[in-house]
Amino acid sequence: MTSLRGLIHKEWLHIRRDRRTAAVLVALPVVQVLLFGYAIRTDVDDVRLAVVDPAPDSATIALRNRFASAGVFRNVAVVRRTEELEPLFGSGVAQQAIVFYPGFAQDLGQGVPAKLLIITDATEPNTASLLQSYAQAVVDGYVRSLPASHARPAPAPRIVPQVRMRFNPTHESSNLFVPGLIAFVLTIISSLMTAISLTREKETGTMEALLVSPLRPWEIIVGKVTPYLAIGFVSVVAVLIEARLVFHVPLRGSVVLLLFEGGLYILVSLAFGILISARTSSQRLAMMGTLLATMLPNVLLSGFIFPVESMPRALQLLAYAIPGRWFVTIARGIMLKGVGLEYLWPQTLFLASIAAVLLTASVRSFNERLE
Amino acid sequence: MSDSAIHAHELTRRFGDFTAVDRISFEVETGEVFGFLGANGAGKTTAIRMLIGLLQPSGGAARVAGHDLATESEAVKRSIGYMSQRFSLYEDLTPRENIRLYGGIYGLTRDEIRQRTEQMLARLGFSEVADIAVRSLPLGWRQKLAFSVALVHQPRIVFLDEPTSGVDPITRRQFWELIYDAASAGTTVLVTTHYMDEAEYCDRISIMVAGRIAAMGTPVALKTQFAVDSIDELFVRLARPEQPA
Repeated sequence: MTSLRGLIHKEWLHIRRDRRTAAVLVALPVVQVLLFGYAIRTDVDDVRLAVVDPAPDSATIALRNRFASAGVFRNVAVVRRTEELEPLFGSGVAQQAIVFYPGFAQDLGQGVPAKLLIITDATEPNTASLLQSYAQAVVDGYVRSLPASHARPAPAPRIVPQVRMRFNPTHESSNLFVPGLIAFVLTIISSLMTAISLTREKETGTMEALLVSPLRPWEIIVGKVTPYLAIGFVSVVAVLIEARLVFHVPLRGSVVLLLFEGGLYILVSLAFGILISARTSSQRLAMMGTLLATMLPNVLLSGFIFPVESMPRALQLLAYAIPGRWFVTIARGIMLKGVGLEYLWPQTLFLASIAAVLLTASVRSFNERLE
Repeated sequence: MSDSAIHAHELTRRFGDFTAVDRISFEVETGEVFGFLGANGAGKTTAIRMLIGLLQPSGGAARVAGHDLATESEAVKRSIGYMSQRFSLYEDLTPRENIRLYGGIYGLTRDEIRQRTEQMLARLGFSEVADIAVRSLPLGWRQKLAFSVALVHQPRIVFLDEPTSGVDPITRRQFWELIYDAASAGTTVLVTTHYMDEAEYCDRISIMVAGRIAAMGTPVALKTQFAVDSIDELFVRLARPEQPA
């Protein structure tokens, strides 16, 4: 009995001495449940709606008001011509559009089927289906609210909505998943490469030799990052070929731009690995830390599986700091929408800023080592 | 004073409440082989790590190779070599590749590197193993190679932190021949060791106890001063003063 007590006490001491692991063990399930719980919520409550109304009349205004008061839609633009929708969709300003045709009220009043077009951005198929049914429900509600008929025996008013999906008309989920998967895999591999190779140098003692040498911290980091950047870049090319040949994901935009963004994203991940290695002393720890710190956020918060738009405000803010979130948007934009830097510069700027912050921090972490 | 290779004045390092090195002052002359002795935890490694710029002193000052440690760390780093108790070569690289790497890090030209490599390989008798991975060499060979690599840029001072631990007596002997070679070529050597017979090989030694230098001088002078037969005996007496000698 005493020996067992001793044994339990000893284990307790292990845990107490290694506070960091203990904290991870306790905090991890809490964080995971929180993240999964919120992230898996797939309802959408802030649909960015554009309206094309070439000839506003009483009925179009009434239906537009219904959309506005539904609580789900936020009107981002009202335009006159369908052509004006293009940039709104390309930049992601609008997720969905309703397009009216002249004579909407007249058709309704006479019982002629009134035409209406509902266009939905389908780069995220699950969200798109939801948006589609939301819009349909608003239209149906409006029709039901109309007086049954003005003059018997005129037919009941009808709206015949046409439905169209943009960018991914066939709802190919591989089109959605592959760019996300690329982001996911690249970040893990890249972070692991630097984290492990730096902690290996710490373990073997060669890091000390480098620190004693006249090399400056940034030189050590550039020396580490450069070869792995090249390897990472080869991976980018390989997975893009794979995406094309195996999953038939289109590449509608510029290949050069996509490769550049891929390189930038790899750089971010490599810098992240360096930062992890600065805080860990063994390869084993570095590997666990890297896997935890890259896998979870990149599954949950990058928009890879769960749309960032349907997350609560706090998580959306957190997602700003996740490089994968920006790369997923960029990769989908270039591959599926065929857009370029004119729309993707904010995301690119975010990625570049994260890279700058992480690289600066990793140089700092080297200076700190010389306490 | 500016002549001395190392000049430490009241050098101190604290870790929280614990004072690992407590106001030590000493000088090492150019070309001297200076032994740093002390029990585990006496502060030897902390002292060395301050002198090579891996640790910031909490107090005191030091000049290394004529440069101020606090303000000219770059110049200090350029003029010293270091070999730690942990192996500091890349085990998956060959001896030739390791020499080339460190030569490049210390800014040698390609010609200098080629020339030094051949010299070093010949002197070590490594010509036949120059191109096989370092990890497949015996420990003693690796230590000799590590020492030579620490000297690749011909530093004015070389710091050796327990370079011979775990090495057989014959290789230790050969290792000390390399140390003497370096010293006679004008390189100052500061070496820590656990082996008391090695202490006798040093020009001068200092014995650290609990962060302070308890005794310093030539081995012969110290033995006379403390009336002991060997450094071993002196070491035990200083390290455990509560016990009757």
